[in-house]
Amino acid sequence: MEAFSLLLHGFSVLLTWKILAVMMVGLVLGIFVGVLPGLGGPNGVAILLPLTFTMDPTSAIVMLSCIYWGALFGGAITSILFNIPGEAWSVATTFDGYPMAQQGKAAEALTAAFTSSFIGSLAAVLLITFLAPGIASFALRFGPPEFFAVYLLTFCSFVGLGREDKHKTIISMALGLLLAGIGMDTVSGTLRMTFGSNELLRGINFLVAVIGLFGISEILLTMEERLALRGHAASISLRVVLKVWKELPRYWATLLRSSVIGCWLGITPGGAIAASFMGYNLAKRFSKDKDSFGKGRIEGVFAPETAAHASGTAALLPMLALGIPGSGTAAILLGGLMVWGLNPGPLLFVEHKDFVWGLIASMYLGNVVGLVLVLTTVPVFAAVLRVPFAAIAPMIVVSCAIGAYAIQNAMFDIWLMLGFGVVGYVFKKIGIPLAPFTLALVLGNRAEDAFRLAMIGAGGDLRVFWSNGLVGSITTLAFVLLFWPLLGRLFERASRLWRPADEGGARAT
Amino acid sequence: MPTPETEIIVEDPTAPADDSPSVVSTRTVEIVVSLMLLALAVLLGYDNWRTGIAWASDGPQAGYFPFYLGLILAAASLYGLVTALVTGAGAGQTFVTRAQLSRVMQVFIPTLLFCLLTQWLGLYVASFLLIASFMRVVGRIALWKSLLTAFLFAAIMFVTFDIAFDVIMPKGPLEAAFGY
Repeated sequence: MEAFSLLLHGFSVLLTWKILAVMMVGLVLGIFVGVLPGLGGPNGVAILLPLTFTMDPTSAIVMLSCIYWGALFGGAITSILFNIPGEAWSVATTFDGYPMAQQGKAAEALTAAFTSSFIGSLAAVLLITFLAPGIASFALRFGPPEFFAVYLLTFCSFVGLGREDKHKTIISMALGLLLAGIGMDTVSGTLRMTFGSNELLRGINFLVAVIGLFGISEILLTMEERLALRGHAASISLRVVLKVWKELPRYWATLLRSSVIGCWLGITPGGAIAASFMGYNLAKRFSKDKDSFGKGRIEGVFAPETAAHASGTAALLPMLALGIPGSGTAAILLGGLMVWGLNPGPLLFVEHKDFVWGLIASMYLGNVVGLVLVLTTVPVFAAVLRVPFAAIAPMIVVSCAIGAYAIQNAMFDIWLMLGFGVVGYVFKKIGIPLAPFTLALVLGNRAEDAFRLAMIGAGGDLRVFWSNGLVGSITTLAFVLLFWPLLGRLFERASRLWRPADEGGARAT
Repeated sequence: MPTPETEIIVEDPTAPADDSPSVVSTRTVEIVVSLMLLALAVLLGYDNWRTGIAWASDGPQAGYFPFYLGLILAAASLYGLVTALVTGAGAGQTFVTRAQLSRVMQVFIPTLLFCLLTQWLGLYVASFLLIASFMRVVGRIALWKSLLTAFLFAAIMFVTFDIAFDVIMPKGPLEAAFGY
């Protein structure tokens, strides 16, 4: 129960007026970016990051994580009321959420969505509370080879398990790692890939790239679509909330199943998108009344929302314990940690106890406050959509520019941001995933340092990555995951070959 | 059924037409991007080779790690290039239609101008111009509303960042005239 007392300590760090105010501001801003078309979790966090530069790390991370929770809550509003999924993981919520709104049950659908988001996040936060300290203290024994093996595992699992074309994932990742290497080499101090440019000397800042890739490119993409929308306004009364909550225990199996799926896919880089669809499909498969799905069944809202939020929250577990983000948004939060001079990873739990447990406690508190906030303010936020996009788009552009400039006070970064905006736009349209790029850019230097330190320690012998049981099994697992699709195909072929051979053998005897 | 008052309707007066002709196919863009990535990989690979990709007494030299990444990038983009050329995947897919492209340009060109103007006029004046003209021209919003919104937004940003949070933005002659 050590975790429990540390958690209580975390709450004591949080319960100051200043932090609570920061939390509310973060949640409101988060819901705002979640509701706006073309913005969501990662973009919102990236654009609003500069606001936190002058805060102390604890307030800053609380604000950022609250922006993230708010964005997750806000996404549900547009999917249910307007049939516009703000994020890819809200797509499954529209299947039953929008029909419910059309039947005049928008309030029920929204309550169900918010409540299940809350339950999903809570399940994942509980997991973080009790698992993260253990993993972190285990990882304290890691040396450079082990860390490099873990980074390798992350990269390989993205390639092997991702649903995009393999070569596109590899392109995205290699490009991110290369760009991370621009500037001064941290081990030897040599300049590389700068081509004599003073601007490139500083290297390519991760946050500048992210603001361009997610902020600017998203504006360009949104402009392509017809932005007219038509939807339902809704307000939630206490009576409806209580009615939905009374029904909640009946769906315990769905909620539990979705939470488990979400937590699992959040920790591995499967992501919230896969989790929401899997949650929905499994709820449908286990249901006695399959045909009612897609026609406005409340269970069809519970299942994907719980899974998506459990996954989105669980993605923070590897970030906190190992310094490896499980999602694009987690990568941006990690980038934020580095701006404040905190080194994410197992040492965080030892050196910055206040910070870590404050963050974990803020996950509990942020979700409770967020739930109450969205339930009471839905009409206000739905009305935000009345603001025409032509007014919002230039404001987002300006916010992006402010964000990019503020990081290093460099005009060059604004141009870099614009460049990354175009790159992000093109990449998204031809199916090159951005998440591996983000991850590679933020982890690049750390991965390289770990590799080189391991090499220096071992005198240049690559066998150091199989030098003991722990590092050996992680490295091997990484390669297994990298070639997972190939292995799967081989097994299939082998089993197909096996069968005729078996029959032949039977005939011979 | 919901009553009309509970409906939220937002119009989009300059929406792109659905039947607009394609400007370029996804396949063509994939080929161009693969070529550009290949060129980038070769360029960075060469620079790293010059920096040194061998093993020094203290472990790998600075160019070692990025050099091999360049190789991986080159191989992956070559693979993408060959698949796009051989299989013709995505040939029938539209990358962007003419109407969509013009809308994207409607936001991209003002953004580009905004970045340019920021260098001469400072960020706040540039953002006032960007927001006001964008709302007026693209959104067809009333002039006074556009000007007011743009002014308020720029003013709030100035107060929040330059005064309250001490995050200093690029400034131009107007701010200088007021002594900032």
